[in-house]
Amino acid sequence: MSSLKDILMPFTAWKNVFKEPVSIKDPLNERPGAPRYRGFHKNDVKSCIGCGTCESICENEAIDMVAIAGFDAKNGDSGLRPKVDYGRCCWCALCVDVCTTGSLTLSNEYKWVDTDSDNFRYIPGIDNKPWDNNELGWKKPGNGYEFYQLERVKMEELHPEERDKSFIEIIQGYSKEQAEKEADRCVECGICTATCPAHMGIPQYIKAIRNNNLEEGLRILYDTNPLPEICGRICTHKCETVCSIGHRGEAISIRWLKRYIADQNPSEKYKTILETDFIQKNGKKIAIIGSGPAGLSAAHYLAKMGYEVEIFEKLAQAGGMMRYGIPEYRLPYDSIDKDINYILSLGVKIHYNVNVGKDITLEQLGKDFDAVFAGTGLHLGRSTRIEGSDHKNVYQSIELLRKITQGEEIHVAEKIVVIGGGNVAMDITRSLARLQNQKYGKVQMITTSLETEEKMPADREEVVEAREEGAIINPGWAPQKVEIQDGIIKGLHVVQCMSLFDATGNFNPQCNMENARFFEGDMVVESIGQGMDLSYIAEPLKDDIEMGPRGRIKVNSDFQTSVPWLFMGGDTIQGPDVIHGIANGHRAAMGIDKYLTEQ
Amino acid sequence: MNKHWLNIGYDRSKYPETGVDGNLVIDKTAHKLVKLWQGPNHPGVTGNMSIELTISGDEIVEAKTHVGYLHRGFEKLFERRKYIQVFPTCIRLCVAEPDYNEYNLAASVEELSGIEVPEVAQWLRTLVLEMARLQSLLRVVPGQGGTTGLGIGVQWGVYLRDLILDRFEELTGGRVYHMYIIPGGVRGLLPEGFKKRLKSTLKEIDEFIVNIDNLMFSNAVFKKRTIGVGYIDPTWVDSYGIVGPNARAAGFKRDVRKDYPYLKYNELEFDPQTATESDIYTRSRIRWHDLKMTVDLIQQILDKMPDDGIIRAQTPNVLHWKIPKGETYVRSESSRGEYGFYVVADGTEYPRRINLRGPSYTHAVSLLEHMLIGANIADVASIMVSLQTCPPEIER
Repeated sequence: MSSLKDILMPFTAWKNVFKEPVSIKDPLNERPGAPRYRGFHKNDVKSCIGCGTCESICENEAIDMVAIAGFDAKNGDSGLRPKVDYGRCCWCALCVDVCTTGSLTLSNEYKWVDTDSDNFRYIPGIDNKPWDNNELGWKKPGNGYEFYQLERVKMEELHPEERDKSFIEIIQGYSKEQAEKEADRCVECGICTATCPAHMGIPQYIKAIRNNNLEEGLRILYDTNPLPEICGRICTHKCETVCSIGHRGEAISIRWLKRYIADQNPSEKYKTILETDFIQKNGKKIAIIGSGPAGLSAAHYLAKMGYEVEIFEKLAQAGGMMRYGIPEYRLPYDSIDKDINYILSLGVKIHYNVNVGKDITLEQLGKDFDAVFAGTGLHLGRSTRIEGSDHKNVYQSIELLRKITQGEEIHVAEKIVVIGGGNVAMDITRSLARLQNQKYGKVQMITTSLETEEKMPADREEVVEAREEGAIINPGWAPQKVEIQDGIIKGLHVVQCMSLFDATGNFNPQCNMENARFFEGDMVVESIGQGMDLSYIAEPLKDDIEMGPRGRIKVNSDFQTSVPWLFMGGDTIQGPDVIHGIANGHRAAMGIDKYLTEQ
Repeated sequence: MNKHWLNIGYDRSKYPETGVDGNLVIDKTAHKLVKLWQGPNHPGVTGNMSIELTISGDEIVEAKTHVGYLHRGFEKLFERRKYIQVFPTCIRLCVAEPDYNEYNLAASVEELSGIEVPEVAQWLRTLVLEMARLQSLLRVVPGQGGTTGLGIGVQWGVYLRDLILDRFEELTGGRVYHMYIIPGGVRGLLPEGFKKRLKSTLKEIDEFIVNIDNLMFSNAVFKKRTIGVGYIDPTWVDSYGIVGPNARAAGFKRDVRKDYPYLKYNELEFDPQTATESDIYTRSRIRWHDLKMTVDLIQQILDKMPDDGIIRAQTPNVLHWKIPKGETYVRSESSRGEYGFYVVADGTEYPRRINLRGPSYTHAVSLLEHMLIGANIADVASIMVSLQTCPPEIER
């Protein structure tokens, strides 16, 4: 078995005596971690938004989101930052891989000696550490490595040629597969909930879509928003602007997912799903002026609480600006009706064609009802007041949009110039383009705004779609004069607008008078904002009402005016926005309930 | 054979005596037996487990294994974690070769949800699994000599293993727990100059393979201590569920890479060695052959693999990844033999059950208890190491 060779061979190991030792003399200083090493955390606290995704993926619960002095919660930022506990961390770096903004990384530092064990819990980026400026360390791998889809599920839309003559809805809506795939992208950070004026439970209803539990989804929607069909189409989606996924990819289509839930639930099942088949009445009566988003929202929540609600509406149909301002191709009337009919089914009454202030006074309503909520909106157009703007063929966009809804014949010229860069300007541009197309077979629209392309307040997709439909959007020009020859409009003189605001932030447009242009047109439409008509608040009530800044009525956090029984909300208080109106209505409903219970 | 080879002057055949059936006759009432605990913290045991030995003289008459020193309830912990959170946890099932846990988890999740792993990721996985085998063998091959007092080989092995860990650090960002094979793919491409550095490490290991052959396998003392000791009867292989090198040393050509090819093993050329002597020496020799084969496999992988590509398939959002209802058994060949995960998914975000079938459970508990009877106290450590047991994997 053993031979002489077996005795001698092991001695060959002696050759190593003459080799250099392989150990590192001073490993603490001579041995940096590899470029990809997963060492201690670093966080770029400025680009971090405190979404807490790192906290939710950490299987050791080593990460806590903590409030930091000097970092306030604001739109799109929770104000929290991750705090890492190295007693728990296992350096798996999943927190880095999942980070929505890419602010969290690991350095290649692995040595840290401290006598106080409490020091091993620290907030990267806030508590300064020697490795804060280390370039090396673990970062997101790249090469197709993502924990969630960064791209949106594409929404089916009508092709420009299919839509440029008609008012059929453009956005087709998601199918079940598409909605579930889109819902899967959500990381449930809740930044959207904090930003939404109505604080809708967005991650929760997106989760309901993933779980294919649309009834639960509808219940979550109605907790905070009684107009999901409408909001699912035309909400200004502040939630999507701040969506954490949007930092490196495309924001989740929160609005369209909301629409998906509302579309999929049949209206006849609403009362069962939302458990409103029977509501115990409390015998108190509330009057609501205006059936816009704020009024309907207040009506819904008050009716649910058992109040008897009556709405007084000036026009022939309910919906306010949602019906009379927003064109049908964005918000079909069926969708408005679905939401409104449900609210009416709770026992809410609407008196149409009743103009409060003329047909009935506000004071009378105050006497007949326990409380009054007014959400009368901004229905007056604003004029540029430039030379020639008093011509009969210079129109207000609000007025034209209302007439289109009412089916009235309006004047559609062959060449039209629109002044304005907001969503209403786009609405009138695209509506008139359709009518031009129907009448003349071609579109000759020029829309101009003071703001430059980047700063236009209109949604990006509105601008893109308007162009697809043949309108020319030419932003960055200040209107100077409507050119009129022999009583006929020839066009609009504009000069280049250099800046909108002065150093103090006041509106004070500066123009370059040498760069002038002339936009040809037979008709001019002004769409530069709306004003409110508060003439229904007459003497002697008017004297009791305290006014706030910018001609608005002062209200408290419950939207109660200085006249205790009068509550106000919506566009007249917070400016033009559907979701703000809905949030105001909800808050006011709770305020009314509080006021009447405490009385 | 009853006479001690050092001839220290006593007759080992006296206690206990061999009966007519060839088994030892133990008179447990004669009070001639001694209980001896080997472990839990004994240099001769692998990891934290202990063996309660009943000895008569220095002959073992009964052996009972005790585990539980490492119990962390991993399989239960998995059921309370999302699939992506199992990923950094499951590696701790086996410290010596964490990568097979990563692979098994990833492969089972991908199989259940029907995800195709990108080409370059499959190559990188194969590479990492072979590197894991290499670093494990670099410990266990010379470690076998360590149990008989041959410490030098262990020093060499640990140094070379460190070089492999350096390569792991470059590629994966971690030295021991690599957390690299993630469900869907892998977590990074090869860094710049990696192939060259790994090849130069392999060159050093080539040298080591020759040196350890001279030092250990051509060593009179080592041969004396291991040849004919710790015999595994080929008939036990199936009844005890013996796999890997332990089965190959007993004449069974068992290798998951050949029998149920996975990843890129189909495209690689290798031939696992077998032998029939089935003692400690042979098992160690088989592992030495494995070491050579692994070095060769890594060379092949480096030559054949693509340099660039997508490293991870797009999976559903990992934060709420629901795995479709179903169950699967996924296996890979670790340096110890077949290493499998049995995964049951119930359609939720959490695994219903993840069960590990590791080779150590059979090797280090039932087989060891059986093998130790009649062995010498001094050989217990050698026998344990020759089975390449890993207690963390028994207790999960």
